[in-house]
Amino acid sequence: MITLAHYLTLGAVLFCIAVAGIFINRKNVITLLMSIELMLLAVNTNFIAFSRFLGDVSGQVFVFFILTVAAAESAIGLAILVVLFRNRATINVTQIDDLKG
Amino acid sequence: MTFPLISFYLFAAITTFAALAVVSVRSPVHAALCLVLTFFSAACTWLLADAEFLAIALVLVYVGAVMVLFLFVVMMLDVDIDPLREGFIKALPVGLAVAIVMLVEMLALIGVRSLQVPQIADPALAAGMSNTQWLALALFNQFLLPFEVAALILTVAIVAAIPLTLRRRSGVRMQNPAQQVRVQARERIRVVKMAAERPAPQPETTTP
Repeated sequence: MITLAHYLTLGAVLFCIAVAGIFINRKNVITLLMSIELMLLAVNTNFIAFSRFLGDVSGQVFVFFILTVAAAESAIGLAILVVLFRNRATINVTQIDDLKG
Repeated sequence: MTFPLISFYLFAAITTFAALAVVSVRSPVHAALCLVLTFFSAACTWLLADAEFLAIALVLVYVGAVMVLFLFVVMMLDVDIDPLREGFIKALPVGLAVAIVMLVEMLALIGVRSLQVPQIADPALAAGMSNTQWLALALFNQFLLPFEVAALILTVAIVAAIPLTLRRRSGVRMQNPAQQVRVQARERIRVVKMAAERPAPQPETTTP
């Protein structure tokens, strides 16, 4: 029998892998975006599991909206990436320091 | 070990290993393809949780649209990987340490809390309808305004993404659609008043 703990564990593992990916790939913008997508997937898995095991539809509705907003976010993020590469000819995070922050 | 449990372990293992490959492989194209595998296996685990509509939506929206967009951008940009990989080994211990500590904390919390949740039947089937109908009833009754706002957000994303990547190139001959639409008939054709014929030149008459 699949329990709530199975899904929450899967979500936690995915989220931690994504966090580790952000740490070890911090120069590559493409991999950073992919790690963010992995985090959203982990959160969505938790929502689905709670919706199933608590019998509440709001979790699935929330996953629906997260999917929508994540699609818009990745579209705009990749558009910014294309413009960045066109202007700078690099996507290395350490070289994008125009604002001198 | 029932069959759904075995399937869950299989899908969860594939998801985890594909996610590990996403953050560790060298080529961004391979990472994007591994991310496709991750999403697909995660959609399979969602199917096991009786969330059929969202599982199919994940495959259609993510695998079908977003990951194709990722692959398109990754292949279009000619990225030099080697400078992006330096510091990978140096950051590896810190990243692993943070991830493992977070994982242990989360698992401790999960072990405490999830024991208090009782097993219930599929809530959609208990309400006498399919998962899609169950979701749609909530979506179009209680969440109609957020649904419209989500549509608006998608439109705004399109309107933002297109001008960002639009590029005006100089020195290229191209049509101007605004002028094409605005053109009048009298600008296309000009009527010239002139005589329909003109006298033929007279041949020089020579007297024999």
